[in-house]
Amino acid sequence: MPYDVNTIFQIAGIGIVVAMLHTVLKQMGKEDIAHWITLIGFVLVLFIVITLLEDLFQQIRGVFLFQG
Amino acid sequence: MYFSSRAEEGLTIEIIQIVGFCLIATFLALIIKEQKPAFSFLLILFAGASIFLFLIGKIQAVIAMLERLATNANLNMVYVETILKIIGIAYIAEFGAQITRDAGQGAIAAKIELAGKVLILVMAIPILTVLIETIITLLPS
Repeated sequence: MPYDVNTIFQIAGIGIVVAMLHTVLKQMGKEDIAHWITLIGFVLVLFIVITLLEDLFQQIRGVFLFQG
Repeated sequence: MYFSSRAEEGLTIEIIQIVGFCLIATFLALIIKEQKPAFSFLLILFAGASIFLFLIGKIQAVIAMLERLATNANLNMVYVETILKIIGIAYIAEFGAQITRDAGQGAIAAKIELAGKVLILVMAIPILTVLIETIITLLPS
């Protein structure tokens, strides 16, 4: 199976944890740290998604466009 | 081969798997959307990409069959290649446009579709040229 249900739960988990941390840190009055954590979580998820997207585009290129 | 009887049995299981996958993704996206809409967008993008990646293998079988047919019919491979490229462009543009429209950016989605249409038109120029030349040679001068 090329797709993975675990990864989707992973992304959702990262999102929920980041949202929770954001709320907690905001209530503690550390808004700048909260924003950094959001950014880091976003970059982490973006990395996962971009890796898969790159794979997808390579596959499409191989099937339809007759390139490497 | 993809079209053996055993593979056909597998396809019915696979559609159930895909629907289940999509339902899970939708549910998780709904949960996260309240907290962080950006994560929800990435989740949906991931789900779409993985399903597309899964389908690419199937599409490849169909494309291989088309190519074999074209080779047997002694068609010029340039035309088949152009048509396959056009199909590829259409798939990619559709994927991008739908994802973008889902994220609420209808204008960008429309631009992606416009770009897809224009690129397809440009790729069809050689075929159109040959067609018009053929028609002109058929005409009595």
